[in-house]
Amino acid sequence: MCTYRTELVSLAASSGKGADGWFSVTDATVYFDHPVHAPVDHSLNIDFRNPAGGPSARVAVELSEESARALVAAIQATLDAGNGH
Amino acid sequence: MITGAGGDEIEVYQALPEGDGPFPGVVVIHHLPGFDRATKEIARRFATMGYSTAMPNLYWREAPGAAPDDAAATARAAGGVPDERLVGDVRGVADYLRALPNANGKVGAIGYCSGGRQAFLSGVEAGVDAAVDCYGAFVTGVRPEGHPLNVVPLTDRVAELACPLLGLFGADDKYPSPEHVAELEELLTEHGKIFEIHSYPDAGHAFFAVDRPSYRVAAANDGWQRISTFFGTYLGQ
Repeated sequence: MCTYRTELVSLAASSGKGADGWFSVTDATVYFDHPVHAPVDHSLNIDFRNPAGGPSARVAVELSEESARALVAAIQATLDAGNGH
Repeated sequence: MITGAGGDEIEVYQALPEGDGPFPGVVVIHHLPGFDRATKEIARRFATMGYSTAMPNLYWREAPGAAPDDAAATARAAGGVPDERLVGDVRGVADYLRALPNANGKVGAIGYCSGGRQAFLSGVEAGVDAAVDCYGAFVTGVRPEGHPLNVVPLTDRVAELACPLLGLFGADDKYPSPEHVAELEELLTEHGKIFEIHSYPDAGHAFFAVDRPSYRVAAANDGWQRISTFFGTYLGQ
């Protein structure tokens, strides 16, 4: 399956580290599709991007579905615990 | 570099057979992950089969000189490649191949994944002599709600298909599903088109991709044989 399913998210006050060091990330693209590298048929892929910096201003991850769900839960739990710190 | 849609100069990877020819041409249309090494290897395989082969970088305008995966990410975020631009790029590459001094004047198009649909579209609009659709989604079927990419089904364009079509699909695929493939077959039959469709059991999407877990050697080997016969018949190799 080639899902093309893609979600676009705007990011604020956020940064990522790429091949040339840290940079601001302004957009995230989230999609479930064929990975470039992860050894699964389909993966949950996230591109943290800064389009103003060109195509290479990107931090990319490809996660198996199980790993992505675990990560979502961990992010949620961490944010919930940290809220009102 | 060759001249594509709108007179733009775009990057092209070419692989040429040895010998005097005359040789038919093949335009290879890369998959959604872009102008990558794996698809360049496919282009070289066509050259070994006796086809002057060229693959346009469909993401050149958004991401000139970028790594293929970065370029694909940029193109995806931008909503994909507009159909009109794709047609112009394929037409430009086909014209280039036909103008080679050892050309036989025939040019086919083949595409994988998103390129499968684009190969079909090339058969409608780009003036190619034969088209091969390898598991292209949204030739038929319905675009899902909230779909962010510029991909619309081509159901209403089937009547305009202007060349023979070979379709190669995996029965386990969901986009295109066996129902989508059946719909395509019905429409091609209804409109009296010359076509062959093969759907492989135990194969899903991207079964030709040798560097991915989706690779299915039996389907891929049979598919390559079908492609060889099909292009041989309609392009004269």
